[in-house]
Amino acid sequence: MDELQTFVKMLAEKHGNRRESLLPMLQALAERYRHVSGEAMAEVARELDLSTAEVYGTATFYSFLDTTRRGKYIIRICKTIVCDMHGKNQIVKTLEEQLKIKVGETTHNHKFSLLETNCLGWCHKGPAMLINDEVYSDLTPEKICQIIADYRNR
Amino acid sequence: MDSTASDTANEPVRPHPDQRLRRVDLIFSQYTRERYKVLKTVLERDSDDIISELIDSGLKGRGGAGFLTGMKWKTARETAGDEKYIICNADEGEPGTFKDREILTRVPRKVFAAMGVCGRVVGSKTGIVYLRGEYRYLVPELEKEIRVFKVYAEEYGLDFDIRIFLGSGAYVCGEETALIESLEGKRGEPRNKPPYPTSVGFRDKPTVVNNVETFVSALEVLRMGAAEFKKLGIQDSRGSKLFSVSGDTPQSGIYDLEFGLSLAKFVEEFGDGDTKAVQVGGASGFCVPRKKFHETTIGYQGGLTGISLPTGGSMMLFNSSRSMFNVLHNYLEFFAEESCGQCTPCRVGCQQLLKGIEAIKRGEKSADHLTTLLRLSDTMRLTAKCGLGQSVANSFASIVENFREEMIY
Ligand SMILES: Cc1cc2nc3c(=O)[nH]c(=O)nc-3n(C[C@H](O)[C@H](O)[C@H](O)COP(=O)(O)O)c2cc1C
Ligand code: SF4
Ligand code: FES
Repeated sequence: MDELQTFVKMLAEKHGNRRESLLPMLQALAERYRHVSGEAMAEVARELDLSTAEVYGTATFYSFLDTTRRGKYIIRICKTIVCDMHGKNQIVKTLEEQLKIKVGETTHNHKFSLLETNCLGWCHKGPAMLINDEVYSDLTPEKICQIIADYRNR
Repeated sequence: MDSTASDTANEPVRPHPDQRLRRVDLIFSQYTRERYKVLKTVLERDSDDIISELIDSGLKGRGGAGFLTGMKWKTARETAGDEKYIICNADEGEPGTFKDREILTRVPRKVFAAMGVCGRVVGSKTGIVYLRGEYRYLVPELEKEIRVFKVYAEEYGLDFDIRIFLGSGAYVCGEETALIESLEGKRGEPRNKPPYPTSVGFRDKPTVVNNVETFVSALEVLRMGAAEFKKLGIQDSRGSKLFSVSGDTPQSGIYDLEFGLSLAKFVEEFGDGDTKAVQVGGASGFCVPRKKFHETTIGYQGGLTGISLPTGGSMMLFNSSRSMFNVLHNYLEFFAEESCGQCTPCRVGCQQLLKGIEAIKRGEKSADHLTTLLRLSDTMRLTAKCGLGQSVANSFASIVENFREEMIY
């Protein structure tokens, strides 16, 4: 068995091989492999006795279940109105300059992906962003440079 | 795009020195150092008595359609089922809302205690917190708290388990039936209602879905008694409510305010002196222009009641430097992205409204086209399958009608 198969088997054991386990399994796959690949979907489908199309349909519904490979650190910057009002564009510009990629892209070394997302629930401290599960709020271009420098060293 | 950062926005939240707004401290108050004492006291009461007290208090849902919480619990109690489920809706995706996160951070015990009470009353042994993926960092702390809850529940003879289920970035999953689909491992596509979750819910079993704040408010009612609770608020809007205040305000943050405040008073307290509009209830709520501040009261029936009530408590302030076209454009992009695409009025409608206002702005369509778009939004209100598509018209019509010039020039 290859590594992916073993991992999917382990997930099915942990969550149970029922349809209800699909989301937690896809979430775990996305976290480990930085996306849910076609092979991963097929493997999950086999394990849960679903059609691959069903798995694909479910996976692609959720914006956090990326189906293209992302970097180790996924930056999701809020583009909803309050963050937008408070300088989100400037933050995106700084991030693009720092990482030398555009929104939607991943750095060559697969360390960072830069994405936009909808309201993160930190509007009172906007602009806000997530790096994986961590929240960063009250962002300024200076703060961004600091944060990215920290992550570069991780 | 006006993206100049206002200097005040990054300052820490200051407590307000002025007491004219009727502020209360129900949701975040810590009762006592004795953990779960309220739970113990409430569990000693008769379930029918608990339901009567909740109904009598007039408590309505703090997350959605403003349904009477006591009635919801009663229906689930009276519906037969070998299994029943209690779901805490912590999806909090409405733009401008951030209070449920704060509740789960500061007083998770109140949430779990209330879910336990609900389980006892309804006859359920399983509680699920549907937590949006954006709040995943909360999980370790919440799991620790769940273990504490379990210890006390066992001591009080309450057979009730709570687990957390994580969402994955989909606003529509806050809609209760989409949430249930998502829990079942499917696309978050809303179901037809009726049947309501109280009769056919998770795994087709009777299910109570309540907002995080609703659970805490229910516990408050049971702690203080319906009579005390009813002293707060006005007419059909009883008690207090958390408001998430953001936008052009020097005091953004979360405030526990009594229902019945006039928007004029609210703006006096929270505005920056130049407020031209307040969006009440998030992107799916209503935009109130300055000239209507005085005649608008915040409550379930305060003239703002539409399909989507301002129950989420999002209050976004805009000052005169803001383009209301940009605001509406941002909302429509949000809806177009978050529409589940299941029904045509919403899937196509959101796109057409967005394209329509862009075309008018560019001068490719005449201003009269706004009338056509308003008709379209009205059709969506009537024909869309769930609250998402139905409530697009709220912000669309209230912004277009009050800021028509800004849409055109
Ligand atoms: C598109 C959409 C999104 C929703 N999002 C949420 C949400 O994030 N949290 C919530 O409590 N209710 C949300 N609701 C309302 C729920 O469907 C449901 O009415 C509510 O959770 C019931 O709880 P309550 O009676 O305690 O308010 C949403 C509704 C719609 C139509
Ligand atoms: S109204 Fe929109 S979100 Fe709701 S079911 Fe229809 S397409 Fe989906
Ligand atoms: S608008 Fe950005 S966090 Fe809410």
